[in-house]
Amino acid sequence: MKVIKEKHSLAMRWCHWVNFPILTIMIWSGMFIYWANDEYSITIFGHKFVRFFPDWYYNLLHIPARLAEGMAFHFLFMWFFTLNGLFYILYTIISGEWRELVPQKKSFKEAWLVLLHDLHIRKMAPPQNKYNAAQRIAYTAIIVMGIGSVITGLAIYKPVQFYYLTWICGGYHFARIIHFALTLGYVFFFVIHVVQVILAGWNNFRSVVSGFEVVNEEPKTVVENE
Amino acid sequence: MSNRAPKKSRKELSVDQKINRRNFISFTVFGALGVSAYGGWRWLYNSPMEPDGGITGNTRVPLRRALNKTELAFRRVFSNNHLVKTYPKEMAAKYVRHNTDIGSKSKLDAAAWRLQVRKISGEIMAISIDEIKALPKFDIVYDFKCVEGWDQIQHWGGVRFVDFIKHFGLEAETKLDYVGMETPDKEYYIGLDMPSAMHPQTVLAYEMNEMPIPVKHGAPLRLIIPVKYGIKNLKRIGTISFSNHRPHDYWAEQGYDYYSGL
Repeated sequence: MKVIKEKHSLAMRWCHWVNFPILTIMIWSGMFIYWANDEYSITIFGHKFVRFFPDWYYNLLHIPARLAEGMAFHFLFMWFFTLNGLFYILYTIISGEWRELVPQKKSFKEAWLVLLHDLHIRKMAPPQNKYNAAQRIAYTAIIVMGIGSVITGLAIYKPVQFYYLTWICGGYHFARIIHFALTLGYVFFFVIHVVQVILAGWNNFRSVVSGFEVVNEEPKTVVENE
Repeated sequence: MSNRAPKKSRKELSVDQKINRRNFISFTVFGALGVSAYGGWRWLYNSPMEPDGGITGNTRVPLRRALNKTELAFRRVFSNNHLVKTYPKEMAAKYVRHNTDIGSKSKLDAAAWRLQVRKISGEIMAISIDEIKALPKFDIVYDFKCVEGWDQIQHWGGVRFVDFIKHFGLEAETKLDYVGMETPDKEYYIGLDMPSAMHPQTVLAYEMNEMPIPVKHGAPLRLIIPVKYGIKNLKRIGTISFSNHRPHDYWAEQGYDYYSGL
């Protein structure tokens, strides 16, 4: 028997979908800023594996020589990114939804089983509530990363006024590296996230828009008079 | 209300009907919000640029407004007690990075150079480099930050702007809101809000790594202002003026934040 099962609160759905375009704009304008001093690469034993970023990539996305424009967009949308994130965190704490989100002791062990299951190596997935162990870790990590972006962002935006943040981040130079690495982390998260959402199917996707899932439940044995 | 027909008892919706109804409502709202968000973005992206000839330029009007509002918000945390981190002088770079020569391309006539200070009274003071060097010297080794994103630990020496003001009796001038500085050829010019100029680490520098500043780094006198990006650290200062209106600013005209504070 089909049953409507409530899954995601309106606040969670709102924050999720508001964050998506804002984060996109932050990454896009962030690339304008990064371009002006694009010194990062992945170099191991003197061999440069990846340079951030190759020229064809810059040209494809029309990134070169837009530093001032990038800063102007970045320093406007940082407000929305921070406020939306803050609202989500406060809501999650106050509503108690954090209980379904934050990893439990067993989550770290179970996450491997989830991974093996998702890779079709293991048949059974561990039992779960709203989120499985891997989701708990991933969705909590992305919030921690968001906090990290705001803190490292402030540390490089106002390194004199927020000198203590810059100090916590290991200095101006290192804060900029973390800020950049976190952005790569978002892109990595996004790719996995979208693949998982596609694999999970319509019912799951719909729940982040409509709030509910449709599940099949055994009819109740209680006798009801119609 | 006896004359009104009794309300028809609504038939309870089936599960499928409920699902369809909720899907319809939520996806309609989702789509409408998505379309309006996209519309808002197009509006912002296509919004007009600032008109030419203003103090600031080359940025979309709403983004400039946002930059100025953001400055007002962050100004609340600005304090003279917030000092830039300083380093031992051994850590200072031997090869100091050099970006541009705007405003200091012409040949410098060191003997003829005078710092011109425009007082409120209209009087223009002409101060020689020796008069400046006679004031108490202040050394600072700190992480110089360029708006492009690079930073470098550099060692500068000179007179603190606050000490300069006191010595030459310019206290009345500092009651105004802004300081303007220009190169002698007027090719490069900056505007500073007074609190940043009066910050205890703002320096009129004549030494770099304990030697007279080389020409390409701003001889004979340049501004070192650690609470601002490099773009505000004017080389080869020609004129200093004071005003309640924002002085013109080279990079603010190119679309950068007028204040560019750190």
